[in-house]
Amino acid sequence: MTKMVELQVGDSLKEVQLSPVSRLDLIKYAGASGDYNPIHTIDEEAKKAGLPGIIAHGMWTMGNLAKLFTPYYEEGFIQDYFVRFKSMVFLNDVITLKATVKEKKEKKLYFDVFAVNQNGKEVVKGEVVFSIY
Amino acid sequence: MFSEYIGRCSNKVKNVVERGAVKKFAEAIGDSHPIYWDEETGKKSRYQRNIAPPTFPRVFDYGAIEGLKLPSKGLIHGEQRFHYERPLYVGEELYCYSKVEDYYEKQSSMGKLGFLVITNYGEDSSGNVIFTSTSTIIITETVRKAMVV
Repeated sequence: MTKMVELQVGDSLKEVQLSPVSRLDLIKYAGASGDYNPIHTIDEEAKKAGLPGIIAHGMWTMGNLAKLFTPYYEEGFIQDYFVRFKSMVFLNDVITLKATVKEKKEKKLYFDVFAVNQNGKEVVKGEVVFSIY
Repeated sequence: MFSEYIGRCSNKVKNVVERGAVKKFAEAIGDSHPIYWDEETGKKSRYQRNIAPPTFPRVFDYGAIEGLKLPSKGLIHGEQRFHYERPLYVGEELYCYSKVEDYYEKQSSMGKLGFLVITNYGEDSSGNVIFTSTSTIIITETVRKAMVV
């Protein structure tokens, strides 16, 4: 694994492709986070809300995306993490997580971060500021 | 309709970064790194203990802002921002509260959308802010109208 401090502008962290989104993934996230909004777990409730089916919690995708940075906890930490939820994530979607260095300043690395679905559509887009010790 | 709440806060609630809750949360986001749950890994790390994932503050109790009622259905989570002074430590106590930062409306193709910005704060026992978590919640015209009725 390359060290964080050795990364240059334009370099990317190792991409992660998630298994197809399952109902159990979302039930587990509901339980672990305390977000029991039924549009994430119960088909009828999602349909009543005008959705074609249940959708992932935005925070589930955001939580997953942050794990690209977990292997680097000895070097630094996520100081700022911002995302915009751009598109819905449905059951069986295959999400790929990406992070690319856009700027390096003193002891901080600025990353563009994305979660992209199987059609190449960005579902989550944002920025991470990783602060080096 | 939410503008009158700008600046209002909830009362602080004591929360503990619970070991079991951190492990369960890390599993739920598919991040099984031992820094979150293995005590040995934690002890040998620069933190000398386990830490929590950056989106973990979703689980804390921030108390209720008096009078602020949000519809249980139809809200859209538009944006989310976390800011940290350091990672959260497993076992530590944090004093958490919420504040309505802003409310504004914008015309869009879906009608007039309301944007409610709420920041959650987490302080240590000395009152130092360790993290903030800011959510922008989009409230559609349909949902707002249903609330008035």
